[in-house]
Amino acid sequence: MRKTCLDQVYELALTDPRIFFVGSDLGYETLKQFKNQMPDRFFMEGVSEQNLIGISAGMAMEGKIVYANTIATFLSRRCFEQIVLDMALHHVNVRLIANGGGLVYAPLGPTHLAIDDIAILRAVPNMTIVAPCDAEEMKRLMPLTVDYPGPMYIRIAKGGDPIVSSNRIPFKIGKAIPVREGGDALIVTTGITLGAALKAADVLAKEGITAAILHMPTIKPLDKETLLSYVRQTSVVVTIEEHSVIGGLGSAVAEAVLEANFDSVKNFKRIGIPDVFPSSYGTQDDLMKLYGITADNLCVVIKQLMGLKISYGF
Amino acid sequence: MTTKSLDISSAPLDARSKYLRRKIVDILKFGRRGHIGAAFSLVEIFRVLYDDILCYDPQNPYLKKRDRCLLSKGHGCLALYTILADKGFFPSKELEKFCTYEGLLGGHPEHKIPGVEASTGSLGHGLSIGVGMALSHRHEKSPARVFVVVGDGECNEGSVWEAALCAGKHKLESLTVLVDYNKQQSYASTYEVQDMEPFADKWRAFGFAAIEINGHDPQELKENLKKIPFESGKPNAVICHTIKGKGVSFVENNLNWHHKNKVTDQEIESLLKELSDA
Repeated sequence: MRKTCLDQVYELALTDPRIFFVGSDLGYETLKQFKNQMPDRFFMEGVSEQNLIGISAGMAMEGKIVYANTIATFLSRRCFEQIVLDMALHHVNVRLIANGGGLVYAPLGPTHLAIDDIAILRAVPNMTIVAPCDAEEMKRLMPLTVDYPGPMYIRIAKGGDPIVSSNRIPFKIGKAIPVREGGDALIVTTGITLGAALKAADVLAKEGITAAILHMPTIKPLDKETLLSYVRQTSVVVTIEEHSVIGGLGSAVAEAVLEANFDSVKNFKRIGIPDVFPSSYGTQDDLMKLYGITADNLCVVIKQLMGLKISYGF
Repeated sequence: MTTKSLDISSAPLDARSKYLRRKIVDILKFGRRGHIGAAFSLVEIFRVLYDDILCYDPQNPYLKKRDRCLLSKGHGCLALYTILADKGFFPSKELEKFCTYEGLLGGHPEHKIPGVEASTGSLGHGLSIGVGMALSHRHEKSPARVFVVVGDGECNEGSVWEAALCAGKHKLESLTVLVDYNKQQSYASTYEVQDMEPFADKWRAFGFAAIEINGHDPQELKENLKKIPFESGKPNAVICHTIKGKGVSFVENNLNWHHKNKVTDQEIESLLKELSDA
C-alpha cells in the first residue's frame, strides 16, 4: 500500500507541477524516479519533523500541493503543533503520508506503534483523515487527494495486504462504502479491518446471521448520513479498527449514533486496541489477535450482542 | 555574554520612530493590554523593512511577487499592526478594535489580516514556514524574498534550529532572519534564562552569513538590509541589538512591561509624554 501510494505521488507529479514531495529520512532510494526526474520538487530534509511540516506548510501557502511522508507515530506525535498551527489553521494542502498506521511495526515496540494517530488528528479542525483498506483502494484515493481542499492525513497499512475492496462503488473522500447488506448486525470498518469483517460476515452467514458491512475509508469527515441509515436498520453495531478504542472510528461512530437518538435500542461494541501500550513484540497479526481485532472475535462479539439484546433489561 | 558589544543606548529616536510608538500607545488606549516591550523593541526593524526594503502593494496584498515578511515572534504584533495600518493594508480604525470581539486584530497576528503572511504566536514556527516559502519561490524562479523576524527567547526553540539547518543546506540567499536581540525574555534576561551566545556564530555554524547591528538605528538597518544577500549561497542572519521597551524610560528593560494588562490612563499619559516630539 505504501509503495502504491508513493508510486501514485510520482505519477501524479509527472503531470502536475504543483506537486512537491517532502520526506524526513526515508528508506534508501525511496521515490528514486521522482528524485531523478523532478529534483526541484523532491526534498529529503532529515530527522526533523517540526521542520518537515513547517516547510511543507510554507510551500503549500505558496500554492503547492505537498505530500509529506514519514512514520505515522512521528508525524502524529512529534510535530503535532506544526500540524495544528502551520497546516490546519492555515487550511493548506499538505497531505501527510503516515507509514505504519496501527500495529504494523509490532516488532519495533511502542515507540513505533501508531495506536492513537486517528484520535489525535480527529480533534484538529480542518483535518481530513483517510485509511484505505488495500492497495487498490489507495489507487482510487490518491488522484482525489490532489485537489481536495485542506490538510489530509493518509494512514498507510503494512503493505501486501490482501485485496478486499472493489470498485463497484465509486470512491469518494468523505463517503462511506456499503460493502454488504444484512439485517442482524452492522460491522463498521476502516483500514485493513474490512478484511476481517468480510471473513466474519461469511462465517456468520453460515450460521444464519446476516451482517451488513459499512467501510469507512474516510474517518473524518464521517459520513454520518450513510452510517445512520445503516444503523437504523439493525440493533447490533460493532466497529473494528487497528487503533485505540479511544478516539478513533469506534468513538466517532458512537458519537454519531448516540446523538441520533434512535427510538430502538442499539447494542454497541468497539473492537480495537484497549487503553494500553502494547507490551509484546511479534508480528502485526500477533498483536491483532491479542486484542481481538480479528474475524473470530467479531463473530463472538456480534453473537454476544445479539444475545444481550434478548436478555437486555438488567 | 555578547561576543560583540554594541552601544545602542545613545541615539535619540527621530520623529517617525516616536510617531510609530505613539500609534502603538494609541492601540493601548482601546485594548488596554499588549506585549508593549516587544513592540517597542521592533519598531525600527519594521519601519525600515516597510519603508525601505520590502517590495509590496498594500492594495494588492497577495501579489505573487511580493516580498514575504513573517513575524515569528507573534507577540510583537502591535509593532506590525501599526506599520501595516500606516502603509494602508487595512483601515487604521481597526487598531481601535484591538482584541475586541468584532475586531480584526488580536493578541497574535493571523493570516486573515491583509499583510500578515502567517498566523504565529506559538514560538518557533515562522522560520520553517519561511524556508518552505523560499523553496517554493526558488522552484518558481520568483524574485520574492522572505524575511522572518524572530525573538532571542524564541531561539530557545529547537525548531528554529531545525529550520536554520534546512535553510543552510539549501543555500537560501533569498531568506533573511532578523533576530530581535533585546536580551530580555519573559522571566529574566536571556543570559539568565537561556544564554544564546555566541549568537551570530551559531547562525554562521548553521550556514548563514550573519551580521550584528544596532536594531534601533534606521540608517544602519537600511544600509545593511540593502546589502542582502550578504554572501553568495548563504541565507542571511541579521542580529539586531535592541532594547526591550525602547523609547520610554520606565518601560526599557522593565519586565513588568513584557506583557501589560489593564494599562491605566495615567500610564498612557506618561508613555505619550516621553514619546512626544517636543
